[in-house]
Amino acid sequence: MSREREKGMSIIVKTITRLTVGLILLYGIYILSHGHVTPGGGFAGGIIIALSFVHLMLAYGKDVALAKLPKGVTSFLEGTAAIAFLSIALLGFMTGYFFLNFLSKGEEFRLFSAGIIPLCNIVISIKVGAGLFAIFAALVLLKFEPEKKEKRK
Amino acid sequence: MMQAMNIIPIFVAIPLAGSFIIAILGKRPRWAPDLISGFTTLVLLAASILAVGIANTHGVLVYSIGAWKAPIGIEMVLDGLTAFMLVTINLVAFAVSVYAVNYMEQFTSKSKFYTLFLLMLAGMNGLVVTGDMFNLFVFLEIASVASYALVAFGTEKHELEAAFKYAIMGTVASLFILLGIAILYSFTSTLNMADMASVLAQKESKNIVLMVSVLFLMGFGLKSAIVPFHAWLPDAHPSAPAPISAMLSGVLIKSLGIYALCRIFYNVIGMTAEVSSVFMFLGVLSMVVGVFLAIGQWDLKRLLAYHSISQIGYVVLGISLGTPLGVIGGLFHLFNHSIFKSLLFLDAGAVEYATGTRDLKDMGGLSAKMPATGTTNLIASMSIAGIPPFNGFWSKLIIIIATVEAGRYWYAFWAVLASLLTLASFMKVMKYAFLGALKEKWSQIKEVPVFMKLSMGVLAAICVFGGLLIIPDVADVFLNRARNVIMEGVDYAGLVLKSIR
Amino acid sequence: MAVYLLCFTLFLLGIYCILRKRNIIKIIIGVIISEYAVNLFFILTAYRAEGRAPIYSKSAIIENMVDALPQAVVLTSIVIGLATTALLVGIAMRIYEKYGTFDITKIRDLRG
Repeated sequence: MSREREKGMSIIVKTITRLTVGLILLYGIYILSHGHVTPGGGFAGGIIIALSFVHLMLAYGKDVALAKLPKGVTSFLEGTAAIAFLSIALLGFMTGYFFLNFLSKGEEFRLFSAGIIPLCNIVISIKVGAGLFAIFAALVLLKFEPEKKEKRK
Repeated sequence: MMQAMNIIPIFVAIPLAGSFIIAILGKRPRWAPDLISGFTTLVLLAASILAVGIANTHGVLVYSIGAWKAPIGIEMVLDGLTAFMLVTINLVAFAVSVYAVNYMEQFTSKSKFYTLFLLMLAGMNGLVVTGDMFNLFVFLEIASVASYALVAFGTEKHELEAAFKYAIMGTVASLFILLGIAILYSFTSTLNMADMASVLAQKESKNIVLMVSVLFLMGFGLKSAIVPFHAWLPDAHPSAPAPISAMLSGVLIKSLGIYALCRIFYNVIGMTAEVSSVFMFLGVLSMVVGVFLAIGQWDLKRLLAYHSISQIGYVVLGISLGTPLGVIGGLFHLFNHSIFKSLLFLDAGAVEYATGTRDLKDMGGLSAKMPATGTTNLIASMSIAGIPPFNGFWSKLIIIIATVEAGRYWYAFWAVLASLLTLASFMKVMKYAFLGALKEKWSQIKEVPVFMKLSMGVLAAICVFGGLLIIPDVADVFLNRARNVIMEGVDYAGLVLKSIR
Repeated sequence: MAVYLLCFTLFLLGIYCILRKRNIIKIIIGVIISEYAVNLFFILTAYRAEGRAPIYSKSAIIENMVDALPQAVVLTSIVIGLATTALLVGIAMRIYEKYGTFDITKIRDLRG
């Protein structure tokens, strides 16, 4: 090819992505924060949030997406969220049982209720989102040439 | 807060915390991953010895996670068998973690190694502690996926091929286990092990239990490398780095495979005569096939891997006999095999660290230059071959006596034959690798560094004094408790449900 | 009854893929299909006759809901499947880098 192709997909995809990727992120946050009232929760919300970044990577090419969320930050977020989840569990351990629901439970079906479950949802979503994006970034960034097969001795 | 049962979640929480901290810290500072991992495994070893004492004074301890009581909540149960497995796992893990401080200098990303290693340890600990069927599956998968990644750690050609084979076969086994759990859940509508045992004892359930038994036999049989499900082991165990080979062969196939089989078949489903004889036959088959295939091997670690299959056959034969003497023999051999097989793999790793080769024909006369490795290898070889007074002799003797007492004379004959062939095989290893004349190219090698010598020495000392565990006073504390849990069978359910506060 | 047979057929299809296909990527797809079949089986066993979705809200009456426990269990199982698949694909890509082929009949260095 004599001419450098533009990175990413066509102009239609880029325009639609620019319009919708913020809405996808917002939808993911909605699913995650209402995890104790409606179906969904941490894992589903985290995947949708990660998918908004993956959408950005697919439409614009990997440089734009990795500028928004570099690899080091992703690894750090993943590890920190894991430790945060374990410390929520251990806080319950200090005051009774492992994973005890020690915050106040509030009234049913309101947003600020159900003890530690919304906190767990948020932490899980960060971990799952960072994990999925890290897997995708690692598979995209893997650069190799296949080794030439040597003659067997 | 200082109740005795609060010790149980420690076994899962501490290795997870260590693993995540090492993952964040990365490579700086240089000594951090080694220190954190060594400290974590030391704390776990102390906690597991404490747990043996606690299990003796309190009987069966039940810990309900999140204060949700059974049968709704997930429970962690600490009884004699659990305490026995915890000591085995954490002892070998501590020795391997100390060994890896020096050995893993050859690889570039030590922090990733320790992350995966502590995750695998958390999975194994969690599996022996849990009292809930699906929780067992989750911990099984944590430990398995971590071990697939660890086998592929060096990313050379052979390691990747072995890791791929192991991963595919392990995943299929996990699928069968999940299918079995799904069928059991749909039949008993509970996931708690004690509750499931009491429901299965009351309902009329012959055909479903038969199907679930076959599925679990296939799934857990592959995890514990019983013939005919053994094909992944001779490729996976040699290709892993030496500390991981020791962990895989020493504790992973026992915790994931043999412990899960014991717990499910004795305590939940209930052992019948047909299942017992199937297991005995498979055990003897593993014994014989393993040792016959091991005789012709010239690769040191592949030979040790085939011997693992053979010795696991002994353990399965002992445990599936169902008589008290047989079960004690099987459990004692499980503990002994963890110790001496890990020591053998660590020795093979030391040889590879010093000389760079695993081929027996290439080596010769190494014990002149490497006295510590030579001595510990001699001790471990005599243990596995069953020479008195090392610990392997006592456990094999008990298994053979129990087999004869149960009237299975043919099985006892094959057991003795396999023992003799094991002795021949290890005499070959000693002759080719350690005794004899030192070859020209090995005249510059040195003994291995201090941490490796330390961990090999500790394991060798336990090999020498391990026979003392069968003295009746000492056995009461450690082995007899584990045997009683297996012998009481489905009464486990009543004991657990009573102990819930 | 027919639904269970179809689910079982899906499982067997996945196992056939693992056994008979020669390309590594096709074997991995077989693993994925089998995992989904087992998850589907778990959900199918949770159905109660004339049941409704087990979502509890202020105005809901708790009668005739399907079993809610397998839904949480299958969520965990899907996550485990995702992790296993990611690891298998990573190993497969490294194998291509070292061996130069995806054909398993040519990746047979370890034997004996």
